[in-house]
Amino acid sequence: MKYRAEVFVTLKPVVNDPAGLTIRGGLHALGFDSVTDVRAGKYLVLSLEESDATQARARIDAMARQLLANAVIEDYRIELEPVAEPVAAGDVSA
Amino acid sequence: MVFPGTWSDRDCAHAVLDVLQEPVRYVDHREQNVDGLDLVILPGGFSYGDYLRCGAIARFAPVMEAVADFANRGGLVLGICNGFQILQEARLLPGALLRNASCEFRCEWVQLRVEQSNSAFTLDCRPGQVLRIPISHGEGNFFADPQTLDALERNGQVVFRYCAPDGRVTADSNPNGSARNIAGISNAHGNVVGLMPHPERACEPLLGGDDGLILFRSAIHALTRVAV
Repeated sequence: MKYRAEVFVTLKPVVNDPAGLTIRGGLHALGFDSVTDVRAGKYLVLSLEESDATQARARIDAMARQLLANAVIEDYRIELEPVAEPVAAGDVSA
Repeated sequence: MVFPGTWSDRDCAHAVLDVLQEPVRYVDHREQNVDGLDLVILPGGFSYGDYLRCGAIARFAPVMEAVADFANRGGLVLGICNGFQILQEARLLPGALLRNASCEFRCEWVQLRVEQSNSAFTLDCRPGQVLRIPISHGEGNFFADPQTLDALERNGQVVFRYCAPDGRVTADSNPNGSARNIAGISNAHGNVVGLMPHPERACEPLLGGDDGLILFRSAIHALTRVAV
């Protein structure tokens, strides 16, 4: 199965985020006074092939722990969805 | 160690080879071993473009397994700037380095107070000694959770703190927002040290100062005392 995974990597709540604070300052300068907090993070989109969704999620979890996020300072969240494969003309097995 | 994007390798070699007259070998990131070396330096730069996180990709370079073995056997390892970030990503040193609190890239001379002389790279220093060494980084804001910070202090693993010229540790002398003004730390055994400032850029008076040489001299002293 083909899957498309979105991985959201964000700084842990206890970690100061100067980039987020700077963006908040920019929003305030534009008059968006209602913004009380901004947290900046990373957004990664992975395309992969795995046997099933459980296996896909386990693999991405391992990737996040080993490389995509640094557990000392970051949290991550995974969104996974199957990608429909185009059915070839004349293929009745699907 | 030379990774794609390393830029301070020649400056480090200049300090060790030209100034201190000790042999240097450049080790490519694709090499599989570091046999025959007494001291491994991970120089500053932007390894792999700092993509994902500073040091995150370099940590998986083929040579890093050999560096980890070398460090775990007691070999002397010095990580400078990006090299410090790589050592943390490799979990050879604790904590992480965040974006500077000011969001600015800071390139300037700073003062460092030597907190302990037990590490291999501060053997020739006396605790409380103030060194003048430049920094040059955008992500040097040392972070660790409070328990880790307390453990580092308790075990004498805080090696350098940013300080005022008179040695006082003040908020004003902290260039990047580092927790407890920490500029450099060691592992528990003191054979692995990482710091954000660049000692190799303070290795002769022509460069504006030679306070950085004491780190390299200390390592040579440590090597002559203890066979690796």
